[in-house]
Amino acid sequence: MSLLDVRDLSVVFQRRGERPFTAVDEVSFSVEPGQTVGLVGESGCGKSVTSLAIMGLLPQRGNKVTGEVNFDGADLLKLRPDDLRDRRGRDIGMIFQDPLSSLNPVIPIGTQVAEVLERHRGMDHKAALKEARELLDAVGIPDPTRRLKEYPHQISGGMRQRALIAIALACKPRLLIADEPTTALDVTIQAQILTLLKELVDETGTALIMITHDLGVVAGLCDTVNVLYGGKIVERAERHELFARPRHPYTHGLLNSVPRLDSPRGERLHAIRGSVADNIPWAEGCAFAPRCDNVVDACLDGTPPLEPTANGGDLRCNNPVSEEVAVP
Amino acid sequence: MSDPIIQPTVGAQRESVDPSAVTEKREGTLPRGLDRLGERKRARLEQLAQATADKGGVSLVRDAFRRLRRNPTAMVGASIVALFVLVAIFAPLLAPHDPAQRFDELTKNLTVDSIPGASSEFPLGSDPLGRDFLSRMIHGSRQTLFVGVLATLIGLALGVLVGALAGAFGGWVDNILMRFTDVMLALPALLLAISLVAMASRSSQWTVILAVAIVNVPIFARLLRGSMLAQRESDHVLAARALGVKRGAIVLRHMLPNAMTAVIVQATLTLSTAILEAASLSFLGLGDPDINRAEWGLMLGVDGQRYFEVRPELAYFPAVAIIVVALGFTLLGEGMREAIDPKSRR
Ligand SMILES: Nc1ncnc2c1ncn2[C@@H]1O[C@H](COP(=O)(O)OP(=O)(O)O)[C@@H](O)[C@H]1O
Ligand code: SF4
Ligand SMILES: [Mg+2]
Repeated sequence: MSLLDVRDLSVVFQRRGERPFTAVDEVSFSVEPGQTVGLVGESGCGKSVTSLAIMGLLPQRGNKVTGEVNFDGADLLKLRPDDLRDRRGRDIGMIFQDPLSSLNPVIPIGTQVAEVLERHRGMDHKAALKEARELLDAVGIPDPTRRLKEYPHQISGGMRQRALIAIALACKPRLLIADEPTTALDVTIQAQILTLLKELVDETGTALIMITHDLGVVAGLCDTVNVLYGGKIVERAERHELFARPRHPYTHGLLNSVPRLDSPRGERLHAIRGSVADNIPWAEGCAFAPRCDNVVDACLDGTPPLEPTANGGDLRCNNPVSEEVAVP
Repeated sequence: MSDPIIQPTVGAQRESVDPSAVTEKREGTLPRGLDRLGERKRARLEQLAQATADKGGVSLVRDAFRRLRRNPTAMVGASIVALFVLVAIFAPLLAPHDPAQRFDELTKNLTVDSIPGASSEFPLGSDPLGRDFLSRMIHGSRQTLFVGVLATLIGLALGVLVGALAGAFGGWVDNILMRFTDVMLALPALLLAISLVAMASRSSQWTVILAVAIVNVPIFARLLRGSMLAQRESDHVLAARALGVKRGAIVLRHMLPNAMTAVIVQATLTLSTAILEAASLSFLGLGDPDINRAEWGLMLGVDGQRYFEVRPELAYFPAVAIIVVALGFTLLGEGMREAIDPKSRR
């Protein structure tokens, strides 16, 4: 059985006096124990909202969440708030984009790590601090004893993200959701953090949902990749399959806009034309149609269905990129 | 909403940004005139609350402190405040005489139209009862500091309680508490303080302190609620919720301490208004009736006013002292406000 099974998850934001906005549109995917799953798409396509909905962290008012989020046999969307709170941090950990603002500025690092241990493992403060030191050490923070007493602004960005990883993994959750964990970091630090994450999830057998807009991040990390566009999954494939033979024109475009080591020198990158602002509503056709090179008549006539492919993935496209065309 | 032309500009601006904010405001039960009176105060508090929203705590305070030290007006304010506090603390050592003692050398020269002036033993001369005016001025600083600090602290404590409740619970608790503060903010502070003192059966310095404190409760409550709401939306609170931290701990450990920065700045500003308000109450004879107590507002109101023709210094000195001290706190407080929110600089 899957560890996490998201079924037809939809999130509709409805503010007073405004038109309802569907940020996440019948998204389904599953995560096996120990597996790393990518959730990829441009900014605004609903990645963060998906993760917040899974965690039950969306604002209480102004939105409607439907579908199922089955984790370990229970539907998280139907759990009582107290039960869900007990699971957060213990069974599911989460890492956010901006390490500085995700840490409490007025509490020392050590206390922040200890807090989650005290909360879920019933440790007293002293034992928790001792454990916190070990955890900071494990995520590669030098001189952890000193760091325990330091405040977030006193340590570097990379170290802050390491501390947040230590906090998220403190209770050995079975699932970790990382929402763009490297976006706010320097390029050199990004690779270090990704390596660390990979090591830790391999070591502990934690399943990981890697949320990113950067296919480069996915390339080294994920087993399965879900490509999100306009709140819907448009393609799902094994990592190698996706990089070798992207079928959806959007995925294809994304791959073409990533610099590759093996591409000929001087070749220009092809950015996808237009922007998400050009999207049409899914109800009228394929949201990507205004930006798509492969568009056919059927694309403007209702939502294309998500259908299984011969290679074990799923695809939502009327006129996919042919399998023979390799990425340049 | 029916007559947009007479809407205050604040409301009009906000309307273009977020129409729901204005509708919410108009749903209030306040008569429009009162509502508008409190509007400016509220907008100011809102701004201060937002200033500390994204970044809080230690790094903010450290940066702010650096900016503060480079701000000359704030440093003038800080010097005035420091001097005033030192004088108040060491008043018994600094004052040449007992402020309540009536000296024969002075009383024998007192007449209706002459009060002894400066002499070597009494550098500022006598007050109308033959007491040493300088000693009374020096001891008056104690009273001013005592009343100002205590009124501010009590107001802060009550305001923080109200604001924290509103900010933590939201919903109808928030609604009721904030309507209440709206009404109080809409009334001019001094008028409210006078009404409160008048309600007390017997006036003492405690009625003054309490009245001034209560006047400041809505200011702190509004401010703390604003910064708590801003904190509730912040990343680190979301991160704490993602860790399953309990609601009480989120409010007390994650929201409240970060929301206090703005409150501390406001407390400095409030010290200035509290001193002015307390002095005004004494001036109007609504303060402590004990004639032996040296209090600047009382000195200005009773002696200064009555003997202005005879010895105007009796009015000048306490008046200048009140103004300078209040100015000191205001300059320091405004400097702190600017330091934590560089955007507010005009
Ligand atoms: N609280 C909210 N209220 C209304 N709309 C929201 C809210 N949060 C996110 N959205 C909208 O949902 C869409 C998806 O947002 P998000 O999941 O944050 O994108 P991303 O994929 O970049 O993480 C965006 O268009 C955003 O404007
Ligand atoms: S469905 Fe049509 S418009 Fe959409 S991606 Fe496929 S070909 Fe392009
Ligand atoms: Mg996001």
